[in-house]
Parts: sequence; C-alpha cells; structure tokens
Amino acid sequence: MICLKLFYEFFKTGLFAIGGGLATLPFLSDMGERTGWFTRAQLADMLAVSESTPGPVGVNMATYVGFESAGVPGAVIATLGLVMPSVIVILIVASFLKAFRTNKYVDAAFYGLRPASTAMVASAGIGVVLLSLVNTAGVGLAIFQWKEIALAAVILVLTRWVPATKKLHPIVFIGAAAVVGVLFHF
Amino acid sequence: MKELVELFLTFAKVGVMTFGGGMAMLPILQREVVENKGWATDEELTDYFAIGQCTPGIIAVNTATFIGQKQKGVWGGIVATLGIVFPSLLIITALAGLITSFSHLEWVQNAFAGIRVCVCVLIFNATLKLWQGAVKDVWGALIFAAVLAASLLTEISPVLFVLAAAVAGVVIRCVGGGKK
Repeated sequence: MICLKLFYEFFKTGLFAIGGGLATLPFLSDMGERTGWFTRAQLADMLAVSESTPGPVGVNMATYVGFESAGVPGAVIATLGLVMPSVIVILIVASFLKAFRTNKYVDAAFYGLRPASTAMVASAGIGVVLLSLVNTAGVGLAIFQWKEIALAAVILVLTRWVPATKKLHPIVFIGAAAVVGVLFHF
Repeated sequence: MKELVELFLTFAKVGVMTFGGGMAMLPILQREVVENKGWATDEELTDYFAIGQCTPGIIAVNTATFIGQKQKGVWGGIVATLGIVFPSLLIITALAGLITSFSHLEWVQNAFAGIRVCVCVLIFNATLKLWQGAVKDVWGALIFAAVLAASLLTEISPVLFVLAAAVAGVVIRCVGGGKK
C-alpha cells in the first residue's frame, strides 16, 4: 500500500517539478509534512547526501526518500515514479519538437512558471534556515544559533566571493561543514 | 538488442560521472554522447537541454529520454532513462542503510548539523542562480513574491502554484505584458 502511495507522490513530483534537481525540494518538503514519512531535518540530510554522491540530485533524492519510507522496493518505486512523467512527456514532445519550442503559449506559460519555481525553492530554503540557524524555542538573542550562523557566513563568502574557492564542487563544502560540526559540537 | 545494451551502459556511465545534475552533466554528455558515440550533435544537445528545462521532470532524465528515443524509438528512451537512474539506485540504497545504522552516534549527528548549515548556503546560491534565468521583469518578480508568500504562509499544495503560475504567464503575455 505504501508503495502505491510512494509511486503516486513521486509521479506527481516528477510531473510538476520543473527546472530539475532542487525543483523537487518543495514537493518533497510538502510530501514529508503530509505523510509523515520523513522530517524536515531528515530531508535536509538527504539533500546533502544526494549532492555528495554520483547521479542527478533529483533522482538521488527520490531513491533516498523512497528507501527511508519503504526500504529497497520503496527506493525503486519512488525513482520510477519520478522519472515516468518525464519519459511520457518527452516521448510525446520529441515527435513535434520544433512546434513545441516555438509555441507562444508554451513560452508564455514558462515565463510565468520559472519565477514560481524559483520562489518555491526559496521557500524550501527558508525552511532549512529555520531548522539549522534558528532555535525556535529560544528567547531574545538566544533564538539565533551563533556557531551555525558563523559557519553559514564563512561558507557563503567562500562559495560566492573568494575566486580560489567559489568554483569548487559542493561536496568539498559539505565535507568541511561535517568536520566543523563534529569539532565544534553542533 | 546490442544497441539497447549500449544505451543503458552509456547512460549508466553518465549517471556515475554526474555530481549534482542539471548543467553539471552537459560536459559529460558532450564527451560520451557527442564525441564518443556520435548519437547527437552539439546543437541537438543544447536543444534537448533547453526543452528539458521547460518540460516536467529532472533535466538529466529528460535529456537521456530524448537521446534514447532518437536512437532506438520508445524503448530506446526507456532504456536510456533506466540507465541514468541505475547508479543512483545502487549507491544511495547502500549509503542510506549505512547512515541509518550510524545515525544515533553523537558525532554523526554533529556532522549532519554542520552539513545542514552548508545546505542552507547551497540552496541560497541555487535560488540566486535560478532567479537570474527566471525573473526577467516586474511581472516575474511579482509572481515570485506571491508564490513565496503563499508557500510560506499557507498549506496550499505546490501543484496549485505551478498551475496558477502557468496561467498567469499566459494571461500576462496575452494582455501585452512580459518580456520575451
């Protein structure tokens, strides 16, 4: 039963997540809240593992979430559910490739879709920020987790403005953040 | 049959060599599919990527389906897709089991708390990058603000945001607004 539900949930994610990879995040976050299969903290951990292992992030996330929810069959079914809409849509689009690309309604729909997709990723990101940088039980200045905020600031500078490090693969920063977390007892 | 096996193996190889997906995959596809196999030209690959970005699903999967379909029809599309997801299935399933059995250890929890901080920054950077390609004018910014507010403050399903935004895009263009 859970397998059927997994397939349905991931099929929906595959059908509506547009723009690849992180676009699946808002759908997974919504899925976790509704079904209770995984928490937001687990989702953030799964995202980190998916970014640090071979394979497209979206596919890795589906496999991981499926595995956490229902073992190996869950992993297979979630992954197949995620890719099935792509396969169906692409096989259809491939037969009238040029017409699809130049259709003004398709173009207009995507003109509206892309900002919405960006906003949903931003919203999922704010969820992770609340989870890891803010202590919602704290009062006054204690609501900020200063050690975590300091680390976030350092990573932000290294990934955006330091020419020597900003081109590095995310796995480097994920690994370094794990080491800092252990050393400073996050 | 031989060609199907070749499609599967080639895309499994692309899957193993891709870290992060999306644009990170382009150079690997260029080497494997264009230079080694001659299954597509550079121009075709760029087209597939552009369409992959504006059709549902993961770009990596969409591109694999396209090239597979071009080589061997419907079955080619399916086999190439199975090839690209196969390494993820193996690797993640093995890792997930390992992580679950060690997750009660304090240092593992500390490591993941550190990693989550990094994930915040990675999502922030990804959002900025998406913004550059997505928000072209004030209408785009308005859609962004409306969807962000609605998804933070309400429990509405993301599916509805996608549908509403597509309709909004068509309406804005029809009344003559919106940059091309």
